[in-house]
Amino acid sequence: MTTAPILRINELTKSFGGVMAVNDVTFDVAPGAIVGLIGPNGAGKTTVFNLITGNYRPDKGHIVFHGQSIVHLRTNKIVSLGIARTFQTIRLFQNMSVLENVLAGCHCRMQSGVLGAMFRLPGQKQEERRALQTAVEELDFVGLKAHLDLAARNLSYGNQRLLEIARALATKPRFLVLDEPAGGMNDNETQALVRLIVQIRDRGITVLLIEHDMNLVMRICEKLVVLEYGMMIAQGTPEEIQKDQRVIDAYLGVAEAEDEVF
Amino acid sequence: MKPATVLNIVVVAVLLMAPYWLNPYWVDVLNSIGLYAVLALSLNIILGYAGLFHMGHAAFFAMGTYTTAILNTQFGIPVLWLLPLSGLAAGAFAMIVARPIIHLRGDYLLIVTIGIVEIVRIALVNNVFGITGGANGIFGISRPHLFGHVIRTPHEFYYLIFAFAAATVLLFVRLENSRFGRALNYIREDDTAAEGSGIDTAHYKLVAFVLGAFWAGMAGNIFAAKMTIVSPESFTFWESVVMFTIVILGGSGNIRGVLLGAFLIIGLPEVFREFAGARMLFFGAAMVVMMIFRPKGILPPRARTYCLDFLPETPKGIGR
Amino acid sequence: MQLFLEQLTNGLAVGGIYALIALGYTMVYGVLKLINFAHGDLFTIGAYLGLTLLLSLGLTDHLGPLAGIAVLAAMVMGLVAVIGALLERVAYRPLRTSPRLSAVVSALGASIFFQNAVMLLYGARFRVFPHDLLPTTAITLFGVNIPVMRIILFATSLLLMAGLYAFVQKTRTGMAIRAAAIDQGAAKLMGIDVNRVIMYVFLIGPALGGVAGLMVGLYYGQINFTMGWVYGLKAFTAAILGGIGNIPGAMLGGLLLGVIEAMGATYISMAWKDAISFLVLILILIFRPTGILGERVADKV
Repeated sequence: MTTAPILRINELTKSFGGVMAVNDVTFDVAPGAIVGLIGPNGAGKTTVFNLITGNYRPDKGHIVFHGQSIVHLRTNKIVSLGIARTFQTIRLFQNMSVLENVLAGCHCRMQSGVLGAMFRLPGQKQEERRALQTAVEELDFVGLKAHLDLAARNLSYGNQRLLEIARALATKPRFLVLDEPAGGMNDNETQALVRLIVQIRDRGITVLLIEHDMNLVMRICEKLVVLEYGMMIAQGTPEEIQKDQRVIDAYLGVAEAEDEVF
Repeated sequence: MKPATVLNIVVVAVLLMAPYWLNPYWVDVLNSIGLYAVLALSLNIILGYAGLFHMGHAAFFAMGTYTTAILNTQFGIPVLWLLPLSGLAAGAFAMIVARPIIHLRGDYLLIVTIGIVEIVRIALVNNVFGITGGANGIFGISRPHLFGHVIRTPHEFYYLIFAFAAATVLLFVRLENSRFGRALNYIREDDTAAEGSGIDTAHYKLVAFVLGAFWAGMAGNIFAAKMTIVSPESFTFWESVVMFTIVILGGSGNIRGVLLGAFLIIGLPEVFREFAGARMLFFGAAMVVMMIFRPKGILPPRARTYCLDFLPETPKGIGR
Repeated sequence: MQLFLEQLTNGLAVGGIYALIALGYTMVYGVLKLINFAHGDLFTIGAYLGLTLLLSLGLTDHLGPLAGIAVLAAMVMGLVAVIGALLERVAYRPLRTSPRLSAVVSALGASIFFQNAVMLLYGARFRVFPHDLLPTTAITLFGVNIPVMRIILFATSLLLMAGLYAFVQKTRTGMAIRAAAIDQGAAKLMGIDVNRVIMYVFLIGPALGGVAGLMVGLYYGQINFTMGWVYGLKAFTAAILGGIGNIPGAMLGGLLLGVIEAMGATYISMAWKDAISFLVLILILIFRPTGILGERVADKV
């Protein structure tokens, strides 16, 4: 494929109090791809996500989305440009309803403000209806339509992750960043999630995900980027990555460490 | 009819008739309740909906009151013409002071807003710019005219204040059930998640402050008209505490709760006048007890309902 | 120059009092991440208890002024410490796992409660300390007049701060307090009884705040039920200035604020004295919320 990458990350670097969390990471994401960002715990994966979504400012390096540099933009601006995210530790509006959680995502595609609301200006009502329709559609898409009245905190863990995805989709993104979407899910839920991610890609949304479930990653990602200690140690197709000696060492190291614990 | 609708009608009817049964003293108590209700509703936008711990609302109230007092006594502009201008002055002040502080964490914001209200009061006492009249304040504010009629007695003020309060409630109910109201709630629930969902949190926090201040400024206009004398004593930190307590104890984020809070906190001490000295003692204890047993106030915020009937296939008629 | 030095000594004396109160704020914030709004009122209670005991027990008649006041101070410290521990038990412990801001509202409620309780018990007017207890003479040092009271005051606060510093640095309990301030979870895992640490903090902080109240009463000669509010805000400013949660920071911040305020009142305007302190507070919170000695912590997303 010769199409220009939708996201281009160049020499990205971020340190926290002298610790290099992300060190000179460079990779591209092609439009319409599902790309996995993998690596042992503490490798800097979530930091890369937080840099992309504007939660952190990089010390150095560029992030270019659709030809536009986004490193100095605030998170909400980045979302309205078309990058949506989910959080590793679920961050829903726990006391609000499932429907209202998704309406949060609709927010950046709406216009009406204080005066529109107070004086019911024309267009405000239609806009509300359109937002409700989008929200219900996205809930339907992830399979939570039946629960739209529930408070978010009453959903099961797996459903909470799906709700985060629905909220992200409601922002009408071109690029979706998923941070451990299968975390805490059982096997059935993970299977459904795999199908859902493929469906999201089929809607024309590019997906970048962090995941520890290697089975899932190998199955759906076209490309993998491997981080260790903040540095990128490999990138390529799942087949290439599985054969890469540095990756094997990195993961064996983790396995050994875990053996000692148990 | 739903019970809530019946209750609304009864409350409105009783409020409309109340002045016929009450002597001027009690009508004046109701006037205080009405003004505090408006002030608390305006604070509720900042504190209740957006969850920003703002304890300097008296500063915005003061801006509005003094704007009216100064412009009326100096230039003879009719009091009620100054209603929007008082709001704008308070809103502009909020825009300037809130911008650098809205990113502060909850308890830090609380402290800074206390600092602001104290600085404003000290500035008023020190006759800042030579226009506030120092510790004595400003007197001789003219009575408001409405449709050629001078508003003078508590009974006349009652209808002015309650019309203003009713308009406030109506507009704020609409605001609560809108994109703006939701955005503030998202910020209260989880700032980071709201920003990550595409909401410009800094902008909305600022708008919440400016809008709340605008309304407090308008309340200040009516307060100035009612008192005809204003002085810095009316804008101490304790005034902010009373507004804050109304919102927290009544139910932050719930308009009915805030109205109930205003009736209880301003009205009850008048009913039990022999214990008036212990009023603040009781508030203090009530705040502790409420936080332990009912942290969301007497009437906690309720989930919004959405009508989804217009959708082709709706799962249930109406959201919760 | 003479005026400057005079104001410097005045600022240091008042700053010592701010520092003593600030220690209570900073220690509580360290372990509970809570602004104990009622702390300023514990200071007031210290002042009123001191006055009551002074007038009723006649300690200074039996023991002489200095020893009498030392005993009085110890009694005030003990009593206010007990009130502090009770406050924690009643108003804060039930909210340990609630959202932090619930505890803040509870603290504010406790503050309002204490302030009005004092008002109902002692009245709203200023109460006057006997003015013939302590030496009113002044000594002249390098051409600067320094009241002896001012020196006693400053020395007492330094002594108490040194005592606290030694306690926190050298004893096991002190180490536990420092550990709990850094990471409560880890401290718990290391076998530290966090509840006990919190109790200690609510004994020590109020004790220091209470004795500061007594000192203010003796120094200025009159007390009022609202004084804890202004002193509390000032001391909190001092704690923020030094870096909240940081014990040496509170001491430094207190002395610094005392001097800033004395200088501001002298060289800028007496009428704006309080406003200057609040402005300092706001500016620090905006530009360097971690204070002078505090460390920067990144918010985790």
